[in-house]
Amino acid sequence: MASRNISVSETSRPKLPRHAKLKFDETRQVWVILAPERVLAPDEIAVEVLQLCDGVRSVSEMADQLAVKYAAPREAITTDVIAMLQDLADKGFLTEAREKTS
Amino acid sequence: MSDTLADNKTTAAPPSDGLAVLESRRSAAETFGIPLAVLAEVTHRCPLQCPYCSNPVELDRGSTELTTDEWKKVLGELAELGVLQIHFSGGEPTARKDIVELVQHATDVGLYSNLITSAVLLTKDKLSALADAGLSHVQISFQGNEPVVADRVAGLKDAHRKKLEVARWTRELELPLTVNAVMHRQNLHQLPNIIQMAVDLDADRLEVANVQYYGWALKNRAALMPTIEQIEETSRIVEEAQARLKGTLAIDYVVPDYYALRPKKCMGGWGRQFFNISPAGKVLPCHAAESITGLEFESVRSNHSIAWIWQNSEAFNRYRGTGWMPEPCKSCEFREVDFGGCRCQAFALTGDAGNTDPACSLSPRHEEIFKQAEREAAAHQDRFIYRNFAGGTLETDDRQDERQDKRNGA
Repeated sequence: MASRNISVSETSRPKLPRHAKLKFDETRQVWVILAPERVLAPDEIAVEVLQLCDGVRSVSEMADQLAVKYAAPREAITTDVIAMLQDLADKGFLTEAREKTS
Repeated sequence: MSDTLADNKTTAAPPSDGLAVLESRRSAAETFGIPLAVLAEVTHRCPLQCPYCSNPVELDRGSTELTTDEWKKVLGELAELGVLQIHFSGGEPTARKDIVELVQHATDVGLYSNLITSAVLLTKDKLSALADAGLSHVQISFQGNEPVVADRVAGLKDAHRKKLEVARWTRELELPLTVNAVMHRQNLHQLPNIIQMAVDLDADRLEVANVQYYGWALKNRAALMPTIEQIEETSRIVEEAQARLKGTLAIDYVVPDYYALRPKKCMGGWGRQFFNISPAGKVLPCHAAESITGLEFESVRSNHSIAWIWQNSEAFNRYRGTGWMPEPCKSCEFREVDFGGCRCQAFALTGDAGNTDPACSLSPRHEEIFKQAEREAAAHQDRFIYRNFAGGTLETDDRQDERQDKRNGA
């Protein structure tokens, strides 16, 4: 499956695979990622980043957006976002939009 | 499914694992929140006859099973309560003609669904229909890495080949795949090959689960109990593979507690974070709980809601928390770490579910049970009692002779 062994970089356009579902849990009032045999509880920042993972936006564009919103240095944000997404990818909860063959 | 996921130290459980995070916010004294995941055992019917089957020895007959509408009502109620995931299990869940309809209903009410299957009844069309109905994860049991051992353990010809085929279809449909390998003395030598098989099948996860000895497995303990050398070798193989396959294949490892010093935190503690629903609709603290005689379990067919049963029923409250504990548990510093181990095992081995699990080295019965395991493992009584509705059938003798010949190098 395309979801494994991806290397997240600024040009990646990540998205959640269909077996990882980001959902707001009304009962517990928290965001969760539903995955095989696991329920992950992403923190606020992770939720914000994951909501940007639509398979269209690149990591670079996501960093731009977050840098403006939080008035924070873009470089630091990029590093943090890549690390977080790579961690999710290593666990199989993140995939990449397939490259269009032109 | 692995109830020990959040607790198993050999599992590389991520720090962000929701089970751990959500659970840690609660203390044992608080009201128990509804579990995140529920196991729905939709039938006890199964074409396999595995001698370690986790179903109770007294199987629910087909005629007692909840109807399609009853299951749908249950699924809706679970979603409403805040359950997030549903594991369709059995028996063999695809033995039910309405399994696609049930998965579709789970999707409709917002449940994340997982199919725990022997795979042998699945066609490509059926699997595809399940995927279309919103199935999110498939877990296939394997009894070995090749047909000779695997089909013998399953008690079904051609089962292994069929499983491999369905596993490939699963990945073709881009469904995540877990290979569930139940391990015991007669297949542990295949573990390295089973790990490789999981990699070759492009599985996401492998569960290496040593048999837990209650119900059918307890009947078959002499034929299944591994030697301590096998266990040491297994741990070494699993740890090496976990490191080597990081990022490719996640391996969860369930150790056999007969050789442990500390008992497992069974089900995360009785009535704390898990319940399952039996084919006939009983709401149970664990899938083996009906083996404990003298406990009354409420049914979804009763006038009570599932939430009421979870919070108030006698069976759930009987061994909840730490108040029920005798010594040595009562004053033990680990009482909220393992909650006294497994109630079903305590009942099976000591006759009282309220005793300390003999897997614990502090149990007065521990030494005796450990020695018994060692003796049984060394005796090589390899004949199985196959699981079926007739109360079990002893494996025929000729196969036994063949194996004896093999061991003797004939």
